[in-house]
Amino acid sequence: MSGDDILLRVRDLRVQFGQGPQAVRAVDGVDFAIRRGETFALLGESGCGKSMSALALLQLVPRPAGRITSGEVWFDGQDLLALSEQQMRQVRGHRISMIFQEPMTSLNPVMTVGEQIGEVLEQHLGLPRRARRDRTIELLTDVGIPAPARRIDDYPHQLSGGMKQRVMIAMALAGEPDLLIADEPTTALDVTIQAQVLELLAKIQRDTGMAILLITHDLGIVAETVDHVAVMYAGQIVEAASRRELFASPLHPYTRKLFAAVPDRRKRGRKLETISGNVPPLNRRFTGCRFAERCDEAWLRCREQAPAWTERETDGETHGVRCLRYQPGIEAPRVVSRPGSETGSGETKPASASTLLTVRDLKVHFPIRKGLFKRVVGHVYAVDGVDLQIADGRTLALVGESGCGKTTAGKAILRLIAPTAGEVIYDGQDLARLPADELRRLRARLQIIFQDPFASMNPRMMVGNIVEEGMRAQGIGRTAEERRQRVAQLLEQVGLPPEAARRYPHEFSGGQRQRICIARALAVEPRLIVCDEPTSALDVSVQAQTLNLLKDLQDRFGLGYLFITHNISVVAYLAHDVAVMYLGRIVEQGPVDAILDDPRHPYTRALLSAVPSLDENGREIIRLEGELPSPINPPPGCHFHPRCPDAMPVCAERYPDPVTLPDGRVVKCHLVGD
Amino acid sequence: MAKRSRPFWLWPAVTVLILALAWWQLPAQFGVRPVYLWTDRLIFLLLAGALFLGGWIRRREHLRQPWVEVFRQRRAMVALVVLLAFVITGLLDSVHYRKPLPMVDGQQGVQYSVEVVTLLDELLGTLREGTEKTYSAPFAMTQLARETVTLPDGTQSRIRPRLRHGGAHLTDPSQRGRDILASGLAGAAIGVGLTMLVWLLLGAILSRRWQTSWRAALTRIVHGRTEVPWRAILVTAGSLLVLMAMTALWSRHWHVFGTDKVGEDVLYLAIKSIRTGLVIGTLTTLVMLPFAILLGIMAGYFRGWVDDIIQYLYTTLSSIPGVLLIAAAVLSIQVYIANHPDLFETATDRADLRLLALCVILGITSWTNLCRLLRGETFKLREMDYIQAATAFGVGHFTILGRHVLPNVLHIVLIIVVLDFSGLVLAEAVLSYVGVGVDPSTISWGNMINGARLELAREPVVWWSLAAAFVFMFALVLSANLFADAVRDAFDPRLREQSP
Amino acid sequence: MFAYIVRRVLYAIPILIGVNLLTFTLFFVVNSPDDMARMHLGVKRVTPEAIEKWKAERGYDKPLLYNERAEGLQRFTATIFFEKSVSLFAFRFGRADDGRDIAWDIRQRMWPSLAIAIPTFLLGILVNITFAMLLAFFRATYIDVWGVVLCVILMSISTLFYIIGGQYMVGKLLHLVPISGYDSGTNAFKFLVLPIVIGIISGIGAGTRWYRTIFLEEINKDYVRTARAKGLSELRVLFRHVLKNAMIPILTGAVVIIPLLFMGSLLLESFFGIPGLGSYTIDAIQAQDFAIVRAMVFLGSVLYIVGLVLTDISYTLVDPRVRLE
Repeated sequence: MSGDDILLRVRDLRVQFGQGPQAVRAVDGVDFAIRRGETFALLGESGCGKSMSALALLQLVPRPAGRITSGEVWFDGQDLLALSEQQMRQVRGHRISMIFQEPMTSLNPVMTVGEQIGEVLEQHLGLPRRARRDRTIELLTDVGIPAPARRIDDYPHQLSGGMKQRVMIAMALAGEPDLLIADEPTTALDVTIQAQVLELLAKIQRDTGMAILLITHDLGIVAETVDHVAVMYAGQIVEAASRRELFASPLHPYTRKLFAAVPDRRKRGRKLETISGNVPPLNRRFTGCRFAERCDEAWLRCREQAPAWTERETDGETHGVRCLRYQPGIEAPRVVSRPGSETGSGETKPASASTLLTVRDLKVHFPIRKGLFKRVVGHVYAVDGVDLQIADGRTLALVGESGCGKTTAGKAILRLIAPTAGEVIYDGQDLARLPADELRRLRARLQIIFQDPFASMNPRMMVGNIVEEGMRAQGIGRTAEERRQRVAQLLEQVGLPPEAARRYPHEFSGGQRQRICIARALAVEPRLIVCDEPTSALDVSVQAQTLNLLKDLQDRFGLGYLFITHNISVVAYLAHDVAVMYLGRIVEQGPVDAILDDPRHPYTRALLSAVPSLDENGREIIRLEGELPSPINPPPGCHFHPRCPDAMPVCAERYPDPVTLPDGRVVKCHLVGD
Repeated sequence: MAKRSRPFWLWPAVTVLILALAWWQLPAQFGVRPVYLWTDRLIFLLLAGALFLGGWIRRREHLRQPWVEVFRQRRAMVALVVLLAFVITGLLDSVHYRKPLPMVDGQQGVQYSVEVVTLLDELLGTLREGTEKTYSAPFAMTQLARETVTLPDGTQSRIRPRLRHGGAHLTDPSQRGRDILASGLAGAAIGVGLTMLVWLLLGAILSRRWQTSWRAALTRIVHGRTEVPWRAILVTAGSLLVLMAMTALWSRHWHVFGTDKVGEDVLYLAIKSIRTGLVIGTLTTLVMLPFAILLGIMAGYFRGWVDDIIQYLYTTLSSIPGVLLIAAAVLSIQVYIANHPDLFETATDRADLRLLALCVILGITSWTNLCRLLRGETFKLREMDYIQAATAFGVGHFTILGRHVLPNVLHIVLIIVVLDFSGLVLAEAVLSYVGVGVDPSTISWGNMINGARLELAREPVVWWSLAAAFVFMFALVLSANLFADAVRDAFDPRLREQSP
Repeated sequence: MFAYIVRRVLYAIPILIGVNLLTFTLFFVVNSPDDMARMHLGVKRVTPEAIEKWKAERGYDKPLLYNERAEGLQRFTATIFFEKSVSLFAFRFGRADDGRDIAWDIRQRMWPSLAIAIPTFLLGILVNITFAMLLAFFRATYIDVWGVVLCVILMSISTLFYIIGGQYMVGKLLHLVPISGYDSGTNAFKFLVLPIVIGIISGIGAGTRWYRTIFLEEINKDYVRTARAKGLSELRVLFRHVLKNAMIPILTGAVVIIPLLFMGSLLLESFFGIPGLGSYTIDAIQAQDFAIVRAMVFLGSVLYIVGLVLTDISYTLVDPRVRLE
């Protein structure tokens, strides 16, 4: 890669946190180059140093803890790292702009949107006040904010998450930069909003010709939007190539594993590939390859010799990799490939499996109080009439975007939140109306696994006591010794050594913690587990481990799962049945294949189309206008009609009745059936 | 399974047992009559509690970790050494007893003096007994004020009479400077010698832990290549030892901080005030903790009407300006004590109960802050998944409070307790000034300042009482503040300050 | 907003009732009026007649809660509770032990208190913010570290010493300003300078350190990183972004004590002989004049509650996210 069209070239960039032998080398010798007008992705799992690399380009590494220890950043003929702070300020926001992951916290809450964008115009373009305002409105229009003349005086809290990210983009564009660094720009957003933002970025790039450095962990986004990719692992780039080349023939074992670990439909019934172990801590010195200890293909030499960067040319394109296997002059042993093993069960359970839990017309309304005497003036209709059926040994996925009420529904089923109305029938008893002491006894049958593995365990308790807690509460295991043995057995089942019982949660990684949580739930021998986004806080490779474990346990113990998630690929891999939720109600429900192959509700269709996929065959994204309405004032008629591309007059008048289709699914849409 | 080790409470229990035995048996051995004041009992209860807590924390990695961090900070450890010196003084001053009177002929049984003394008084012997008639300056040989005396020849003259104690051993007043210098140097030498001894001892102990030779350990300490900043600790302890030795030697013949209006040694008063300051700083917290913790976490956890009531309680209490509430309560108690003189055996008893009452009142006015903080934190914790998980197992509310909530708010309790300490010591002085502090007969810095501030108008100025109170208070409060800072930084990472 | 304020005012009523019950208990239940009379009269002059006379003069000769001898509503109103506690709600404070009208005294003494408390408060905040900004600007350098240590040292010194020391040095040694006293009108200035300066200095340690913590907490937030990524200078980031956000906790922490400024500063007024409410309170405490102490407790609570309401209103002014409902 050479020539004048290189906009940014980074050489041997190193960022270090702390001093001395315990120093964390977050970025440890990174080289890459970005051409004008292209989109370049830095791909990697959390903690690999990708965000730090980006911050280092702008010299925004948090000081004094961190500092750039070496490297060159050649941008348009200047070495940015050699610039003074004063000169650097001319670059930031003007030549290179940056947008961040959390639009919620990245905007100043006490300044209006207009002031914050205007600051850039004033700083870099020196526009006078009136011109600033006009230009700001223009920018807001460009990023697709409706009624920009009104929005300009809004404060950030008055905007939704997607709108905030658009404002961030407008702010980044204000200085007319040549390079936009986008650090996980859509991670905090829902898929439909993500699709909007990605499309916006692509459009801006087409219009202005600026380059984009995209920092992401999402293979799907990379597959759809970028030109070049660099894969980072433990502070280094391990592979770099054009997107097409990388997806066609990934070289580095880590990259290959990463691809294989992404769940999707075709991997149903098979175990997902996983990467064993954890990312090594970056405060240690490496002698060999950083991936060696987790690599199936590693041999002795990998642990002794650090691999050099090797480039090869294919079809005139450079494909670089950091692996001894591809290093010239090194004879690598052959790899015995192990095919993904089948899980024990057949693909689908017989549909006649007995019903475990029936939810009828479940409602959770939170009152809104206002006025002098705190009168109830309205309700948040978080869950507004949900019907579900979960069968023994099967997985029902409850899918929806954030704010649709799916987590509330899950907790209300377990009565962790008091339901307002409806029935939850388990074993002939209505959980929603059971007296507290009877409910307490039944709690062993229904368990829950939470999203955040860091918040779901008491940091002051030993793992053994955590796992044991439910057994003691439910009177399982008579003696302490009996319980101890059971704890050891449970830990083994989830793949942890029995010694783990005497350690504290903070000594475990996110994936291990999630497994401890699973062991804790299993301890009381439940029949049904509500899995509330159990993998969304985990990296892809760790997610795969957890999914494998859940699937394995289902096969062994015949557990029923209510799997709450927003991740369609996980649904495709794991679920038997799917229920799609929109604004407190289920709009479509049925067997997974039917829904994924042929979604009938327009919302389901839009949702599925918005998910970036690894397949290159172009999909057509159904763009949804606007965002999820407030559950306080749901739109009249069908909740979805204001955003629905196929809305009819009747949709605004009446909520559609459920229609049962021949393949067993239920759809609530006027387009279907009527 | 890990090997079964000694239970955490073994050493604390042994220590407490030995102390209790000593407290119970030793007075009889020495023929004195012990006086167990209420504050004494509470102080030793607190000490026992601290010992057990310490033993418990040592065994828990995640509880120990923040403390290890505190112990690695130089500033905190220097402060801790000073604090320890204060605490030891305070503890020695908390062992009260009455000495037997000399036997009179025909007396049945032993009679005891009405004067209650402490172990500290024994150590400070000359300081306590060497009183003068009235004011005298530091290291003075003569009284501050002139007095009309009748000379041996019958004439009267206004002179500054020689002191009974200060410099009484010198016949030639011109020797004063030399004597002070000589005993100062001797004291310094003793202090340095003691420091060396401590160093050698420390080296011996640490060499066993580090498994090095004694000499190697000694050099490691001197070069400061240790995780715990032993060198800084040693330097601080050494400075204290030198200061103490010098003061001790001087006090044999001089009043280092002069004497006050009634001729009492100011240094003695300043040292005796330590106990009062410590009692107020610690017992107040002890009194308020149960309320603050219980009400705070209950309000945050149960919400609803429980929360409403508790909020109402603390809003009401905190709406009254602190000084006024304390004043109102102390005045009431004053009236009560004045009207029920029969309740108290001795004046010491009365002063002690008044001190305890002040602690209780301060506690009642100061629990609201902690309670509010705990309520807020519990509010957040309640939403944590692990508490939901416990609910999903059918664990009872109070088990959840004890097992999941309490351990996760204790760091806040600790931070507040440590931060409040210095504020309470300072408050004592102000309250005594306002007239609602400790009993006028209790020796405290507040009473010292109160008694001395009017004397600034005198000519020449009597500044030494103020100076002594200032030096002692400042040393205690500063070291407490520095230590509190380190504790807060270690236990509340959110507030951790960045260091260069 | 209006409904909110009305609700807060309604909420104040039970709190003030609670305060009243508490003071009533402290002053009339723990110790009976007889006890008080005995203490005031001194041991020697205690005779049953003297006690009755003392009580009658001050209106303490009625039953506490229920008057059996009275008729109708008087059974409840002709009691100590009604006359001494309930009447506080109408701001009828009654008379002090020396017979002066407390309400009148309070109105007179309010102004010197304000004259000393308001400048101390405002200048104090300004000075503290300035120093805290300076430390935040030099954060994680030795200036910051030693600045914090200096703050800790300053806050380890008792206010009494600031006052005594300042009075002694400036007033007595340098003879710059009078040591104590007060005058009306502009002449008051020379009497006020020293107490105000001392008041500010004694608060620097704690104030600066607290504000610095607030600033540092803000500085670590994401929006500050955004501001830097825009290419703004560090000073501009500090003043336009950090300060504006930090003003939310600073202002709301400060607003709550604004109404209490009426009560003045106890120690400063007492030491400098300024005839404000602070010295009034101290004198009353020292003279054990319970009527004044009761009045001040009630007044203090009312002002504190006003402060809470003001705090909530000030939230809406500095933080666009807050809407009172």
